[in-house]
Amino acid sequence: MLFKNTYNEFIKIVSKPRSYLGLGALTLLIGIIIFAMKADGESMVSFVTASFEQTLSFNGKLVNGNLIAFIILQMLVVHIPLLIALVTGDLISGEAAMGTIRMLASKPISRTQIVLSKFIAGAIYTLVITLWLGILSLLVSHVVFGTGDLMVLNSDGLVILPEADILWRFGLAFCVAFLSLLTVATLSICLSAFAENSIGPIVATMAIIIIFTIIGSLDVSVFDSIKPYLFTTHMASWRSFFENPVPFGEIMNSIVILLTHIVLLVGITLFKFNRKDITS
Amino acid sequence: MEQQTIIKVQNLSKKFGSFEAVKDVSFTVNKGDVFGFLGPNGAGKSTTIRCLLSLISPDSGTIELFDKSLQKNRSQILANIGSIIEKPDFYKYLSAQKNLEIFARISGATVSKKEILEMLDFVGLGDRAKHKVKGFSHGMKQRLGIAQTLLHKPELIILDEPTTGLDPQGIIEIRNLILRLKNEQNKTILLSSHQLSEIELIANRMVIINQGRSLVEGSVEELLNSEETVVRIEIDSVEAAIQFIQSKFNPQEISQISSKELEVLISKKRVPDLTKELVLAGFTIHAIEPKRKLEDYFIKTIQS
Repeated sequence: MLFKNTYNEFIKIVSKPRSYLGLGALTLLIGIIIFAMKADGESMVSFVTASFEQTLSFNGKLVNGNLIAFIILQMLVVHIPLLIALVTGDLISGEAAMGTIRMLASKPISRTQIVLSKFIAGAIYTLVITLWLGILSLLVSHVVFGTGDLMVLNSDGLVILPEADILWRFGLAFCVAFLSLLTVATLSICLSAFAENSIGPIVATMAIIIIFTIIGSLDVSVFDSIKPYLFTTHMASWRSFFENPVPFGEIMNSIVILLTHIVLLVGITLFKFNRKDITS
Repeated sequence: MEQQTIIKVQNLSKKFGSFEAVKDVSFTVNKGDVFGFLGPNGAGKSTTIRCLLSLISPDSGTIELFDKSLQKNRSQILANIGSIIEKPDFYKYLSAQKNLEIFARISGATVSKKEILEMLDFVGLGDRAKHKVKGFSHGMKQRLGIAQTLLHKPELIILDEPTTGLDPQGIIEIRNLILRLKNEQNKTILLSSHQLSEIELIANRMVIINQGRSLVEGSVEELLNSEETVVRIEIDSVEAAIQFIQSKFNPQEISQISSKELEVLISKKRVPDLTKELVLAGFTIHAIEPKRKLEDYFIKTIQS
């Protein structure tokens, strides 16, 4: 029954026009970024490298497909949660608003199975969005800009990664980015179990991300004890794969925190939905 | 021969906050019954039905369906029930066929595409199978709802206000569908409705509930004492006709309704004689029709 209802949930997702908004927006945004970098990428990069030119000399093509893919990932991972929440925040509350939740709940399928099938379908959608982001950014930027070494500026300074040492980093970075986005999807599905309309959970998800991000960025000691446990603190941990050496310990810690959030949120959703009186 | 019990509800209670929606509802539905579930707005009908479908949990009381506890055998029991609760809601962005496919997949039975199309034909939506539900009228959605209830060939069908919001044509269509289910497929049907005349036409047993309590339960025929009937007569000289009927037939009740109408409570067997005698006495009868008794019975029961 779980498999059958997951299939049902996926049919519902692919039949809704809003599900294609994310793919469409991503395609458009990647197109815009690539166009902008093609038009003005060299001057943007020389602005960054100017401060190092007294001590370093740069040879080769700095504006290449790897750099553009990295920039795309950095720019869009912040905005993709909204596109994800737009679909996943509607999975339970949308059924409540339409009235179909009554029909589902009066069928011989347990409420736990209903919730789990929605999570699985939501996770598949999140994976599709992440894959689309990965394929489109890597493929198009490599076609347009060609390949080359990747120059990354992080808090420790400038890191130059050789061309042959990059693809696996992108692969793993997309895996961790998927886990971050899955946490957002799980949060919005959880909020969806508490709401009777579609908009509430979507707005609430974004509000929580914004609030947690602000708390994470505030340099105030009172928040220091909670910052390591906020999922937003770990949403950018994919970036650590572009450090040298890669801090695998920190990344594993982030993965554990994100997975803990997912398990907790699924648990809360099951607890709420299994006790929910479906009256309307 | 003892009849098989399909639904047995005992002392059901459910509170929402401090509001007691259902206080003490009990009733029994037997196999093959078309069971009328009656009560005014807010009587607790929908709450009871939601408890029967496991949409809400009762605070106390027991529900047994097919001789099994609903609480302990939820999935097994629900696989044998088809239901419409008030208005059937569907995925508007999907076609009628896709909607049925979705509900068929989780119905607990294997339903082929051919059977889905046959079911759409049965409810008169065969030519709209590929149309999106968002373009359907209320009546079409109700018929699609009936199709959804029947897909997995359930033994029990629960219909909560299936004619709400329908035009007269729609009401007749749904009534005919219910009668076909009863006559052709021998389904057990629990029918909650405000349309008392509909219940009187198609139900064989009923319960009346009010303020969360069941008041009366039994055979419609027995409860309404169908040996007697109220006849409404449109006639000239109403006052003279009343005197004539009183002297000739000594009815239990007779009253003037308007300047041209009277109502008389009389044995069904005596209605032909009454008509004949009035005509022979020179009265001109413009219309004579039996008045539905359930409405009176319902109001008297609720008020008492």
